[in-house]
Amino acid sequence: MSAKEYRTVSAARGGLLTVSQVPGIAFGDRVEIRDSQGRKRNGQVIRSSSIEVLIQVFEGTDHLDLENTWVRFLDTPLEISLSPEILGRVFNGLGEPKDGRPPVVSRLHRSINANAFNPAARTYPKEFIQTGISTIDGLNSLVRGQKLPIFSASGLPHNRLAAQIVRQAKLPDEESHFSIVFAAMGVSYSDARFFQEEFASSGVLGNVVMFINMADDPPVERLTLPRMALTAAEYLAFDLDRHVLVVMTDITHYAEALREVATAKGDVPARKGYPGYLYSDLAEIYERSGRIKDRHGSITLVPVLSMPSDDITHPIPDLTGYITEGQIVLSRELHNQGVYPPVHISPSLSRLMKDGIGKDFTREDHPHVSNQLYALYARALETRNLASIIGADELSARDQRYLKFADAFEKRFVAQGEDEDRSIVETLNLAWELLSLLPTTALTRVTETEMAKYHRHAGSELQQPVQKEPPA
Amino acid sequence: MTKQGIIKDINGPIVTITLPGVANGEQVKIGELGLYGEVISLQGSEALVQIYESTEMVRPGEPVEGLSHPLSVELGPGLMGGIFDGVQRPLEKMFLQAGDQIPRGVSPDALDRESQWTFTPTESLEPNTQVSGGIQLGSVQETESVLHRILVPPDVSGELIEIAPEGDYSLDQTIARVRTADGEIRRLKLFHRWPVRQPRPYLHRDHSSEPLITGQRILDTFFPLLKGGKGAVPGPFGAGKTMVQHQVARWSNADIVIYVGCGERGNELVDVLDSFPKLKDPYTGRSLMERTLLVANTSNMPVVAREASIYVGITIAEYYRDQGHDVVMLADSTSRWAEALREVSGRLGQMPVEEGYPAYLASRLSAFYERAGRVETHDCGKGSVSLIGAVSPPGGDFSEPVTSHTKEIIQTFWALSKELADARHYPAIDWVDSFSADVSTAAIWWHEQVDRNWEKRRGQALSMLARDAELSRIVNLVGPEALSSAQRWILEGAALIKEGVLQQSALDPVDTFSSPEKQFLLLDTLLTIYDQGADLIELGVPVQELSDLPILAKLRRCKEVYDSDQLDQLREFRQQAIKIFESIRSEYAQRGEQTS
Repeated sequence: MSAKEYRTVSAARGGLLTVSQVPGIAFGDRVEIRDSQGRKRNGQVIRSSSIEVLIQVFEGTDHLDLENTWVRFLDTPLEISLSPEILGRVFNGLGEPKDGRPPVVSRLHRSINANAFNPAARTYPKEFIQTGISTIDGLNSLVRGQKLPIFSASGLPHNRLAAQIVRQAKLPDEESHFSIVFAAMGVSYSDARFFQEEFASSGVLGNVVMFINMADDPPVERLTLPRMALTAAEYLAFDLDRHVLVVMTDITHYAEALREVATAKGDVPARKGYPGYLYSDLAEIYERSGRIKDRHGSITLVPVLSMPSDDITHPIPDLTGYITEGQIVLSRELHNQGVYPPVHISPSLSRLMKDGIGKDFTREDHPHVSNQLYALYARALETRNLASIIGADELSARDQRYLKFADAFEKRFVAQGEDEDRSIVETLNLAWELLSLLPTTALTRVTETEMAKYHRHAGSELQQPVQKEPPA
Repeated sequence: MTKQGIIKDINGPIVTITLPGVANGEQVKIGELGLYGEVISLQGSEALVQIYESTEMVRPGEPVEGLSHPLSVELGPGLMGGIFDGVQRPLEKMFLQAGDQIPRGVSPDALDRESQWTFTPTESLEPNTQVSGGIQLGSVQETESVLHRILVPPDVSGELIEIAPEGDYSLDQTIARVRTADGEIRRLKLFHRWPVRQPRPYLHRDHSSEPLITGQRILDTFFPLLKGGKGAVPGPFGAGKTMVQHQVARWSNADIVIYVGCGERGNELVDVLDSFPKLKDPYTGRSLMERTLLVANTSNMPVVAREASIYVGITIAEYYRDQGHDVVMLADSTSRWAEALREVSGRLGQMPVEEGYPAYLASRLSAFYERAGRVETHDCGKGSVSLIGAVSPPGGDFSEPVTSHTKEIIQTFWALSKELADARHYPAIDWVDSFSADVSTAAIWWHEQVDRNWEKRRGQALSMLARDAELSRIVNLVGPEALSSAQRWILEGAALIKEGVLQQSALDPVDTFSSPEKQFLLLDTLLTIYDQGADLIELGVPVQELSDLPILAKLRRCKEVYDSDQLDQLREFRQQAIKIFESIRSEYAQRGEQTS
């Protein structure tokens, strides 16, 4: 560690500090800054040349003067100390304790900017995680190692949904529980408190590592916080063989902090003032989830983001959707109708679902049932639109059935209690109960065998099942 | 003698160095870690370098070494079945040597030097003859399904002094010696290097005449792409771009498939790596991985290497083209490549034009796509590179710069739609927004190989879909009662086409691939039934009676009941369906007679 302090600050502007006449400082180096009163601030080198060094100061540059500011370069990248004792602790975006307890002492330090995983080292995630929530398990299944964000908006119950996932997530036939890494960026006091109480009341607190940056904490810390959290998650998953569930909230605050810093640096803006590298930057975070060959643990990532003005095409949800393996979208309309969880089915998606469900994983009919529910609900929504124009009474008998299906689907399948933990078999049986509201001829995505087995009226008065075998 | 210099400034992946004698485009190794980079501009004594790896903890004052060659790839046996990063580092080997994460400053040989390959020299080739770039020296059976022709590198010509006899050779062994015009002796090996940003030469361009068959009905039947053609797959997230690309990689009748994962998800490449070895090429019956090569620069890997990755891919594609193969290259996604371009240009402080993209975006894009095409090679007959680029428009807005520039360059446009994807209509290719400029060329092939009615039937289906869209608008305004019987039958017919032909499940083992014969038979069957129904309706048969026929549900499913080699059964089934409609006709005709 270099003890030498420099007093050659030549500029301070928008959270950035320029120091002149310093030799060979490393790019990304950690910096300690002392002001005229001797108070310490933290920073990081974001540009380094043989003439001067540009430092990003986490706590901002307010009240710094050029004369009486001392800068010390620590000759180390941003690191986190790791040991099993991080479980049950609370840290800030720099990895410093936020729970009033002493720092974690360990010889193991890791840079929070890990090198990218070799794609050849990954294994394809395919173990179904049961969250007990029908809209996720049945229609957008989560698997171990997946990154599946919740797209929400202000006022919607995304925190309650995230907490329910944390409470209920398990493999259907395994007892082991997840270790949880919770990363909160720019959250309000009440949100942070909600999660802390949730973890405490469900008795998992000793199995949670929390990284918290409050709404009034320095925004720059929001940029390092998810990297701290993921470095901790990688340690838990790949050093300690644990299955780790990482919940991050709120990615929107993260991206706003990134924009703030980028603007101060003078980066060329791309869309809505966000820098052109927002995609790569978000990918550095999201892609740290997954499964690795010959490693027992896994990292499953559930980021929460609020869509500014409920707009899914806003750069933050848009770029996220291009990186993550699907998304769970919440709907204000359903929420206003009192449906919890208000999962908006049509735009929700899980890309890794196909390999984690079906025979050997959940149940053989699962892929088709899910597909069928989607197709029917899309059709039923069209019918509902039509009904709102010409009146429900004008609809044909068949269309009336679609309307009934849409209502039942929302009230019984989508809606469920906050403490209701439905097994995947319960979810699928419920799905068949709803599918049975329609005649077998309307069901083109499920097979005849499945209909014969699960459809309530298969082979009865409604219609002869269609043969799947080629005629002899 | 290597050139030495030092680092002056580090700004993320852009580093300023001084290195006397360095050339633009030259590869350099910087810092104590030895990170690889490429010179992108020169200004006085300083050079700007883009680095393919993270520059964390690199310092000004550290040394720099010039490597005296531009970014190049190794071309030779051992490429097939491999996975490489954006600068052709072998990822499997790096995983075995260095573990889970990609270490910095490591650059193993792309091609394995230990492996032995059985080389068979070209019989007609005698010493003391003149050879030039592209002349076939011999061949190596690279995999069971790929015959790798060993060519004289494009930049070598002269008198062949010696050629090795048949036998096993490793890549470092000399297999031929050539005396060039200025008397220099060039030792040729089983592999050579070629700079990625320079298109490989060929004899002349040839026009494309044959469609690329992908086994996907909406692509082959409705929006065909020719071998050597240029196509784009734009779509918002979740619409299934990657799935379309995977399906093309799986089932197309190409000899070689190069799949470039450019700034996309790591797990998608793992999916290919896991599933392709187990899948069988429907044309050769061999494992798909034997003809596939992956270039992987996932979204979290350094952005500069992402920019390079598509050039690495297309250069390898051209190399196999020069051997007379039909190559398909898939780039997923060109938007991420464009963003890499934007990120670098932003760091250089270049003036942005649209949405932060540099002014040279359009010219770079078109120069890249222009490397596709069908050519007459020097010595191996005709070869082709078909290039299909995925585009990821922000917010699904096709008017953004990358999509709109791409649209001007390509011939085939497979537009993905959010609405179709939301209704789980896959592949979610919109038949209104999509287009193919090569339908009439493809028609010649279809008419010769499959059926003379292909173009007619295709046109009939498309116009029915267009009528359907029109009528659906009316239904949405005033309800279905406002339509005539004939119009309501059009809706039924369009639904038949949508479900029975356009929708195709990539996950269903039967439906995932349709031979051209099956594609046409399905389309023709459904349209025949539709035509019959239309006649019946004119005779006064109520639409409801026809719509309720269980045979319609069966028709929708026959795509997943009959495999491409069960077409006789499908024809039999078609006859049954036709009979049902004929019996209704005679029933009504009788009734008509009774009443009159």
